[in-house]
Amino acid sequence: MTQAAITVDGARKKYGEKQALAGLDLTVARGTVHGVLGPNGAGKTTLVRILSTLLRPDAGRIEVAGHDVVRQAYAVRLRIGLLGQHAALDEELGGRQNLEMFGRLHHLGARRARARADELLERFALTDTGRKAVRHYSGGMRRRLDLAASLITEPEVLFLDEPTTGLDPRGRAEVWASVRSLVGGGTTVLLTTQYLEEADQLADRVSVVDAGRVVADGTPEELKKATGGDRIDVVLRDAGQLGAAVALLPVDRSGVSVDPDRRLLSAPVTDRMAALSGVVRALEEAGIEAEDVALRRPTLDEVFLHLTQEAA
Amino acid sequence: MSTYALTDSWTMTRRELAHWARQPVRVVVGLVFPVMLLLMFGYLIGGGRGVEGEYVDYLVPGMLALTMAFGLEGTMIAVTQDLDKGVIDRFRSLPMANGAVLVGRSVADMLQSTVGLGVLVGVGFALGWRPDGGPGAFVGALGLLLFFRFAMLWIGIFLALVAGKPEMVQAVQILVWPVGFLSNALAAPASMPDWLGTVVEWNPMSRTATAVRDLFGGLGTDHVWAAVAWPLALLAVFFPLAVRRFAALSK
Repeated sequence: MTQAAITVDGARKKYGEKQALAGLDLTVARGTVHGVLGPNGAGKTTLVRILSTLLRPDAGRIEVAGHDVVRQAYAVRLRIGLLGQHAALDEELGGRQNLEMFGRLHHLGARRARARADELLERFALTDTGRKAVRHYSGGMRRRLDLAASLITEPEVLFLDEPTTGLDPRGRAEVWASVRSLVGGGTTVLLTTQYLEEADQLADRVSVVDAGRVVADGTPEELKKATGGDRIDVVLRDAGQLGAAVALLPVDRSGVSVDPDRRLLSAPVTDRMAALSGVVRALEEAGIEAEDVALRRPTLDEVFLHLTQEAA
Repeated sequence: MSTYALTDSWTMTRRELAHWARQPVRVVVGLVFPVMLLLMFGYLIGGGRGVEGEYVDYLVPGMLALTMAFGLEGTMIAVTQDLDKGVIDRFRSLPMANGAVLVGRSVADMLQSTVGLGVLVGVGFALGWRPDGGPGAFVGALGLLLFFRFAMLWIGIFLALVAGKPEMVQAVQILVWPVGFLSNALAAPASMPDWLGTVVEWNPMSRTATAVRDLFGGLGTDHVWAAVAWPLALLAVFFPLAVRRFAALSK
């Protein structure tokens, strides 16, 4: 057994003409949360389906919890939990019935399956609704039950495929809290997401995926630094003054982008507060009217564009 | 791994039974529908073209066979819904016996069909139908009907795995009617144009209906071989196809 919880070496998968994975490499250390970040169609879900033994790769060596996902699929299934993009629950049955059923299918036996179902309902604050059919659950409750179902046996490795897509902010916060509480227990988590913020909140390391390949990886901080860190956005009253504003603002001019339609200029900053007060003062002195000045983190779009341009 | 095959299949069967307990109305509707058809054809529309003797003796075995054929729909809907909901993905990611999902489906559907047969037979009795072939032939006839249902079940699983989408179920739901009625369930082929009569005679469902009529009526076992051979042939084709299709979910 190696130290890594997940090893992916040259994974390839093709659906008809479409190359979903084009030689993807990935290593995830035990007990860490690893984010896989990328847009729709980048290959994130294909990767999770292969890692959780639902899909056979065309090529590549892929190990999860020390076992080969193709030749030792059963051994892998004993050690993983999966939270797919769509709730994988029996909608007709109640929450408790679902958990009991999955417990029995993990061969816990009737009594332990029942006890485990009660524990998990309690832990995910679902005890009161345990009897209600899942199709009457809210989106957040369904996601929590789904997560509970993937934790029946305290898996060594847990896969979360876009766990908060389609949830409202409250549901999202609930799922994030649940994931954080897991990591203390030593579970390795692989999480796919389209949101930089989500990776930032949860992941120790992030791999950025595009067109079936990893184009960059590192800690969230490293990735953001690589794209120039924080940015300042200035919206002017008059688009005609954008050029003048760029010339006099105390920022690094090589990274400035201008969008005349939105009367917006955006520039990378290093020292946030100094940049903010410097920009406001310079605009005032030059008599250029601004509607809005704001500091912000780079968006996924910017990180992603930056990284894919670098790779190309 | 295989030591859990029985346990897992039982767990999956229990899942279906729990669905029944949650949706009693749906179960009752499913049982009442064939009874409604039986009453409709017995008293409203029918009359039994070209049928000699009491129509009820002809109609009841025909309706039993037709109900078994329509079971295909129920199987297909259930499997399609599971595929659509993603719950099959969770089953497949669990360390459970391969195929327990399909076995559970089969056991539950066969149980439901057995109950359905019981209800229809009871209503038949109430209408004055009297099988006079003896208890052995009676049990044999029910066996043939369930064997036919078993073949329909695997066709249903296969079609669900091929079609995969709830919209396709509708197409099959519509197609099941002409196929069901292109049989001798309700009228004697002798009363039909020659070409139609021939098609109807070859319909596997007609073979089962004929054999079952003979057994209930005490008319011998001449047609039993065809009622065994046809479902067996269908199973020989569709069982491996369905199993292969299920395994191919990982491709």
